[in-house]
Amino acid sequence: MTDVTAMTATQIAGLVATGAASAVEVTQAHLDRIAAVDGRVNAFLHVDTDGALAAARDIDARRAAGEELGPLAGVPVAVKDVLTTKGVPTTVGSKILEGWRPPYDSTIVERLRAAGTVMLGKTNMDEFAMGSSTEYSAYGPSRNPWDTDRIPGGSGGGSAAALAAYEAPLAIGSDTGGSIRQPGAVTGTVGAKPTYGGTSRYGLVAFSSSLDTPGPCARTVLDAALLHAAIGGHDPRDSTSIPAPVPDVVAAAKLGATGDLSGVRLGIVTEFGGEGAEPGVTAAFNEAVDTLTKLGAEIVEISCPHFRYALPAYYLIAPSECSSNLARFDGVRFGLRTGDDGNRSLEEVMSLTREAGFGPEVKRRIMLGTYALSSGYYDAYYGQAQKVRTLITRDFTAAFERVDALISPTTPFVAFPLGARTSDPYQMYLADLFTIPSNLYGGPGISVPCGLSDGLPVGLQVMAPTLADDRMYRVAAALESAVGTFTPPAL
Amino acid sequence: MTTTLPAYDEVVARYEPVIGLETHVELGTNTKMFCGCPTDFGGEPNTRVCPVCLGLPGSLPVANKAAIEATIRIGLALNCSIATWCRFARKNYFYPDMPKNFQISQYDEPLCVDGYLDVEVNGETVRIGIERVHLEEDTGKTLHVGGATGRIHGATESLVDYNRAGIPLVEIVTKPIPGTAALAPEVARAYVTELRDVIRSLGVSDVRMEEGSLRCDVNTSLNLPGQEWGTRTETKNVNSLRSVERAVRSEMLRQAAVLDAGGRITQETRHFHEDTGDTTPGRSKETATDYRYFPEPDLVPLAPDPAWVAELKAALPELPRLHRRRLQQAWGLSDADMQSVLNAGAVELIEATVAAGATPAAARKWWLGELSRRANESGVELADIGATPAQVAELQGLVDAGKLNDKLARTVLEGVVAGEGSPTEIMTNRRLEVVSDTGALTAAVDEAIAANPAIADKVRSGKVAAAGALVGAVMKTTRGQADAQTVRTLILERLGVSA
Repeated sequence: MTDVTAMTATQIAGLVATGAASAVEVTQAHLDRIAAVDGRVNAFLHVDTDGALAAARDIDARRAAGEELGPLAGVPVAVKDVLTTKGVPTTVGSKILEGWRPPYDSTIVERLRAAGTVMLGKTNMDEFAMGSSTEYSAYGPSRNPWDTDRIPGGSGGGSAAALAAYEAPLAIGSDTGGSIRQPGAVTGTVGAKPTYGGTSRYGLVAFSSSLDTPGPCARTVLDAALLHAAIGGHDPRDSTSIPAPVPDVVAAAKLGATGDLSGVRLGIVTEFGGEGAEPGVTAAFNEAVDTLTKLGAEIVEISCPHFRYALPAYYLIAPSECSSNLARFDGVRFGLRTGDDGNRSLEEVMSLTREAGFGPEVKRRIMLGTYALSSGYYDAYYGQAQKVRTLITRDFTAAFERVDALISPTTPFVAFPLGARTSDPYQMYLADLFTIPSNLYGGPGISVPCGLSDGLPVGLQVMAPTLADDRMYRVAAALESAVGTFTPPAL
Repeated sequence: MTTTLPAYDEVVARYEPVIGLETHVELGTNTKMFCGCPTDFGGEPNTRVCPVCLGLPGSLPVANKAAIEATIRIGLALNCSIATWCRFARKNYFYPDMPKNFQISQYDEPLCVDGYLDVEVNGETVRIGIERVHLEEDTGKTLHVGGATGRIHGATESLVDYNRAGIPLVEIVTKPIPGTAALAPEVARAYVTELRDVIRSLGVSDVRMEEGSLRCDVNTSLNLPGQEWGTRTETKNVNSLRSVERAVRSEMLRQAAVLDAGGRITQETRHFHEDTGDTTPGRSKETATDYRYFPEPDLVPLAPDPAWVAELKAALPELPRLHRRRLQQAWGLSDADMQSVLNAGAVELIEATVAAGATPAAARKWWLGELSRRANESGVELADIGATPAQVAELQGLVDAGKLNDKLARTVLEGVVAGEGSPTEIMTNRRLEVVSDTGALTAAVDEAIAANPAIADKVRSGKVAAAGALVGAVMKTTRGQADAQTVRTLILERLGVSA
């Protein structure tokens, strides 16, 4: 048998379905790969060896009993540590939740189980999903398999690195401002942010409730679509979940894979040109645009005048919501408790716990958000940012009257060296310049590898209207069929 | 600080009070506001909880439709406008009985606004403006152990029970109520009483102050006539209807003393003490938290369908005040008589007794008479006295059938209150039935005449009034179980005197 870790999820599922490989064999191969390389990658915060093998045995038993299994049965998956997993540590990359074992599964994890996938473990991330490099993880950064001195993106760098290092064929991420797409871009993998409300947030430890969106990560567009279909759809436990069926993303990915985009109109956002991306990224993007044209797509330039305010609006809305969402981490009911020596007041213990448990970026955003929501400042900051959000949504709506989807580079720069941007938060925030608008709007976006710049992957982003996730899969799959997938040098 | 308080009459002669009331009502929904946990009172601490009401990371709220419906019905009963679109908001502050360190509440977009409730005080109708009615979640309960006061200050340990966390809570806020002068305390009490009755009539809460399902904060301020309204204080821990009245009165007296001495009223929260009847300062509003309200992003906006609201409005029950007016007419009571029924808390009891077959007069007689007296003696609410309306109606039935006289009926009632069974059972078991067997009575009459020859002669000679002593003798030998009128007739017959 060839090395299953090099296979796509689709191929692995085929092996398991035909009995050519057992789920246990597939799982063990990935566990072995993790054991071999994760010391250098640090993609995982927790590897659930026993749980994974037990789940794999269960799949094999069900297949042996003749049970009809789903299209991803027996395929291993890595889950970002932002999602609760019953009895399995969930830290959100933070010291404040070190050792916490949730008493319940997130909806996404429940659905992964129901689909017969095998959860390998929990992946590294910037603390509370705040960051673009995983350098803000309390457990050390993950490293980019393309160059282990470089960042794998963030916040979901662990999931993307696990894919690029062949530790898992599928992974789950969460995208608040680009945390699925930007890691996908800089690791040469595929990452999709579904329509907000298209995937359940129940059990996703909240950073910014109105923006957080869990979604699929994979090495191919079709794999991402299969995973999207498995985890998506209405969840009555999440009030913001949309009561509509998941668009047929799998069919769209298959359609796109035929390489025909005739009749498809794609818009390039004028405001993303100019100062934005570094030259190598722009060059790879322009080449991809030529490729898309050759596949039959019509390319038009579209102005979205309010996109320039997206980053500042985001850095008011997301911190505001986070300042409230993270208030519950006080040492009273779960997680870290510091300074409870019997002499200190409750207030002091809460304060010391938060002081010790949160890292610098989390504290920075809590401070920002607390300020922005304060009486007397609310209208000028949070209120104003919400107005910008409305204007950005109008820009998208107007654009989608003219084009089927918008395309851009996923992120302005390729994987940067570890430490290059940690001293200047703004330089770090720029990583999400192109991804943030669709979070504010709520529409779906996908990053698909489109080329290399100095030997490092560049991603192309496709943004579609809300509930038209299928469109972006079609375009991404078409591009993939033309440019192929990208394999990093051996670790 | 010990200050001599001025007399109440002097206070209301010098100052004008403005009051306002904030009432919290725990809804009697089966499940909590944002999760599926049960809401029943009691239960071992922290057994009625789940990831959502414990605020565990990742959990999300889902609004309880029954609670929204109940809130709209309360709003409609209070003549409010119902919002066609509104949102929940987060009220952010750190306190350990709040699992998320924010409370999901409503801020500038309440579900119901701008209504009123008419209440009657001393026969006058006072219209209380309702500012807003909104829906929120309750907090847990903190128990501070080791301190002298049971408050957090000085405690060595604090224990938290989250069973109550997330129970739907409706907040009803009045507009400021000026112009009530000396009646301010009574108006406050009448309002809370009426509000309680309205909510009870809707069947959405058991509104029991002693269990905390109805909680009241009282705002009070004083101003000189013709001047601007004074600085208000907010009095909490007002746990009974009587306390509402006492708290307003006490706060008026305290504020008057401060103002009389040339002092200024501090805007603050004060705690009412049942035992002493006065208030002490609590958290000062000068260091008030900035709650950083913002729309709750985990919940979608509420947009009650106007057609549904119209349906709810059409289906509202008759409101207590109108209901009472109808009963007063049906029972033929004067305003004063009706007021005494109200004061005794006997409206529903009499209504049910009448429904069980008694006449209004008889039902009123029992509930306001013997049963009220017993309730007062044992210090319980009339409704909790131990006799049901059906039992009272049954008792009256026995009287009407001539099986019990008034005195016997009281004895039977004593048995009912003591839980000995139904009136008929008690009458039979205790052998209290009126002796109507004329044979037995005639023997007793003859015996009495024989034993009292002098009195018998008086009667025979025409002093009919003297027969009373013979009647008494017969009643004694029959242990009160004879019908006095029948006995009298028999005696007169035996002595050959016409009645």
